[in-house]
Amino acid sequence: MTQPTKNGQLLYPESPSQTAGPYVHIGLALEVAGLPPRDFEIGPEIATAEAAGEAIEIVGTVIDGNGDVVDDILVEAWQADAEGIYQTDYRADRAFRGFGRTAPGEHDDGQWWLHTIKPGRVAHPSSAPMAPHINLMLFARGINIHLNTRVYFDDEAEANAACPFLARVPAGRRDTLIATREHGGDTPRYRVAIHLQGPRETVFFDF
Amino acid sequence: MAQNDRTAFVMRDRGWHPPAYAPAYKTSVARSPQQALMSLQTPTASELTGPDFDHFALGPVDNDLLLNFRPGTDRDGLPIGERIIVYGRVVDQYNKPVAGTLVEIWQANAGGRYRHKKDAYMAPLDPNFGGVGRTVTDADGWYRFRTIRPGPYPWPNDVNSWRPAHIHVSVMGPSISTRLITQLYFEGDPLIPMCPIVNTLDDPEAVDTLVARLDKAGSRPMDSLAYRFDIVTRGALQTYFENQG
Repeated sequence: MTQPTKNGQLLYPESPSQTAGPYVHIGLALEVAGLPPRDFEIGPEIATAEAAGEAIEIVGTVIDGNGDVVDDILVEAWQADAEGIYQTDYRADRAFRGFGRTAPGEHDDGQWWLHTIKPGRVAHPSSAPMAPHINLMLFARGINIHLNTRVYFDDEAEANAACPFLARVPAGRRDTLIATREHGGDTPRYRVAIHLQGPRETVFFDF
Repeated sequence: MAQNDRTAFVMRDRGWHPPAYAPAYKTSVARSPQQALMSLQTPTASELTGPDFDHFALGPVDNDLLLNFRPGTDRDGLPIGERIIVYGRVVDQYNKPVAGTLVEIWQANAGGRYRHKKDAYMAPLDPNFGGVGRTVTDADGWYRFRTIRPGPYPWPNDVNSWRPAHIHVSVMGPSISTRLITQLYFEGDPLIPMCPIVNTLDDPEAVDTLVARLDKAGSRPMDSLAYRFDIVTRGALQTYFENQG
């Protein structure tokens, strides 16, 4: 039940977060859990081949403070379309959905994939447009409140250099947000390594 | 609703939420950032928008866990356990209903066993229970599931840790700023105050907001008991005085 807060705000307190736990997949990534999928699942396909824009793949790993791969991570992604517009009306039958979920399967060595298109540049309210990026949310056992981060692209050096958002990230940590393009294969592939903790720790955001 | 990137959201009270590092919950030790989160002073459309699920095609029993795991005729039947309705309202911090938002749940069966490849607990699976549900809130923010009450289960944290009975609850809200995953606990469960995951929350009032109440008025006589669980997402307000100097 909702109760007025005692935290100095005349508001109801937000429901507090709890970890998604080890079995998040049965709820949000059924195939990984070994459950039969429903007619439509929110999966790693943010855009189908029919979507306008440059088709890309993102392949990532999440690494904990011991250097071990977090193989039970659940990643959610939210991105703009090729024009830099967020398409908020989520429909299963759309070529571009904007939102997706991914999690490593049993034999993926902790790697997860997203199939999408490269997003366009999104306006920044007080400055020049931001460089292309994908917003990620990370959920897992041991993560009490999900972590927000972004993925930028290393072949957008010029846009990255001009990005008002990236400019505010300490220079020495900026590269933790930048995915590396890999050559070979039909679809351009970008690799992301997210470090939850330690010397190469990824930048996480509060907003 | 999610279209409007002129909305601002009430800032998250991260002293009310659990901290990243909560050593009594051991897995958090290596999975918590050591650097401070970087606070965005100017949220952008990236944070202020999110997927709107008003037109997401759901199956007819996606919110009915008593019926939505019956893969074969030879296994037709109902799951074993306490039949319950779990329902409530999703509102924001201003008590405005959050309509058309996706609410997803997942849970163990009556014996505390999850239908997940990695759950090897000796309590058996229930052939008629999957443990996953989803729905979209109605115009007034209401959601409803039918399920069985999950059992507690042991987990390797302390030498004898048991989770209270719980249902994982995921809600999107109008933007990725409001995205939230939490857990629903049941009124009166003595395991609640012993649980290191529950105790990642410092404030007993915060725990209290995660405890679903027995709601006899919402129950169905000779059929199912009901538990009421309201969810509060971050308050949304318009940005009235931006860029004035």
